[in-house]
Amino acid sequence: MTFISNLINGISLGSIYAIIALGYTMVYGISKMLNFAHGDVIMVGAYVSYICTTSAGIPPILSVVIAMAVCTVLGILIEGLAYRPLRKASSLAVLITAIGVSYFLQNSALLIWGSNPKTFSSIVPFDSIALFDGKLIITAESIVTVAICIIIMIGLNLFTKNGKMGKAMRAVSEDKDAAQLMGINTNFTISMTFAIGSALAAVAGVLLCSAYPVLIPTTGSMPGIKAFTAAVFGGIGSIPGAMLGGILLGIIEIFGKSYISTALSDAIVFAVLIIVLLLKPTGLLGKKINEKV
Amino acid sequence: MDKMVPYPSGAIVPERDVEKTPILETHHLGIDFGGLTAVDEFSITVGRTEISGLIGPNGAGKTTVFNLLTNVYQPTRGTIMLDGKQTAGKTTAQVNRMGIARTFQNIRLFSNMSVLDNVKVGLHNSIKEGFFASITHSLGYGKAEKKANERALQLLDFFSMADMANAEAGSLPYGAQRRLEIVRALATNPGIILLDEPAAGMNPSETAELMENIRRIRDTFNIAVMLIEHDMSLVMNICEGICVLDHGKIIAKGTPDEIKSNPAVIEAYLGKKKEADGNA
Repeated sequence: MTFISNLINGISLGSIYAIIALGYTMVYGISKMLNFAHGDVIMVGAYVSYICTTSAGIPPILSVVIAMAVCTVLGILIEGLAYRPLRKASSLAVLITAIGVSYFLQNSALLIWGSNPKTFSSIVPFDSIALFDGKLIITAESIVTVAICIIIMIGLNLFTKNGKMGKAMRAVSEDKDAAQLMGINTNFTISMTFAIGSALAAVAGVLLCSAYPVLIPTTGSMPGIKAFTAAVFGGIGSIPGAMLGGILLGIIEIFGKSYISTALSDAIVFAVLIIVLLLKPTGLLGKKINEKV
Repeated sequence: MDKMVPYPSGAIVPERDVEKTPILETHHLGIDFGGLTAVDEFSITVGRTEISGLIGPNGAGKTTVFNLLTNVYQPTRGTIMLDGKQTAGKTTAQVNRMGIARTFQNIRLFSNMSVLDNVKVGLHNSIKEGFFASITHSLGYGKAEKKANERALQLLDFFSMADMANAEAGSLPYGAQRRLEIVRALATNPGIILLDEPAAGMNPSETAELMENIRRIRDTFNIAVMLIEHDMSLVMNICEGICVLDHGKIIAKGTPDEIKSNPAVIEAYLGKKKEADGNA
């Protein structure tokens, strides 16, 4: 029973990583940059939802919608103000800027909401389910998290595969200049990618804090880094890869914690990443990199 | 082929286009890279349904001209008028929407996407579809999506490629990839299409088919075609007006017959290869 319970917890945590990893991987796919501030957008999303429910008395579900809206705007602003001016700069400059944005968000949160941990109350209004005479308890958060993750996965896949904007996104990630010469507004397309990634980050933030209810300004950094790891693990730039990488990472982490060592669980996660990358440098589902002629 | 007659400006265009605004006009266009002048004093006029050629030895600046016309490069000097409107300061996407589309010397398809999706990227601006509609339409029920599908298949069919619609673009044979690039450019609904060495790497029968296709493009879509090409028989056969570039400057302009007999051209270009008469 502990095995099943661990597996469920792993999949649930992994689903959160997966949702965050989608943001990393979509942004990387389209603009070939690592948006290290992505983890902190999660934190902003969680704070917004927290403030909405505690101070304004807004119903939890509505608070998630507001958090998504705020994060969408935040994502577009970050892209427009910090990254767009660096479109032609070296990737190192963009990377440093992303780290700068990350610290900016963390410290702004510290300034606005203080350093005291906030206790986030779960947005999931259901009770846990007890099976086998209470030997196996599945939290409602786990079920909701996994369900949302699946919905997002399917929706996003359909969107990028068939939708007009999704096609534009794929075109821009393959060849930005050629896409623009075919009349696609690449700046708008990149903005939209950030918007979608950030809205997903808000969802991830709320789900994360529903499962692990301590909210501080650095809440987003570790999950952010792990989700980034998950994206690389699954093959950065690949949407199904981010999903698979995230869920595997969550399972590995929980299993590592319960069967090997709590203290070493993170080390195990990163060790697995290193091994996978040694064996398959493009990640599990990574596409081969086409050389330009 | 129509007679070439002069505009009031002195530029020659096919007789059928002379009453209409030229689709493309450049005046004293030039660009410097650092201290090097890559293109200078490039002034041309292209009629609305004219097939024109841009030829010249390697490194003469032909692709640079295409990059200038599509705003990939900002000109250092001069102006470009597309359909009577200036294109200065526009992005490449905006210029495309104003009516210019192109192919590339090195094929630049979205090679991981399907043939159909490549064409639908070209149709992007003619599909009216909202953000949320994108998700619902993804299920295959959308009117806009259906229309785009039909249009894309129609365009592919025009080049006998409809049966390849679901193949991955990168897996197509070379000749088909070149054709797909033309279809994708046509999908953006241009007034002029620029073809950068469309016959490169093709065998004589493929070249003959391409030649036929270029005429069909002009006749069916009623647009202008401008091409860079090294295959002299193709250029001399289908182009109504030809512009010869050497070291970034126009050394000759005129009809194929005028170009063939122009001593400057023979010296700079055809003469070097000693195949001017044989090939043309």
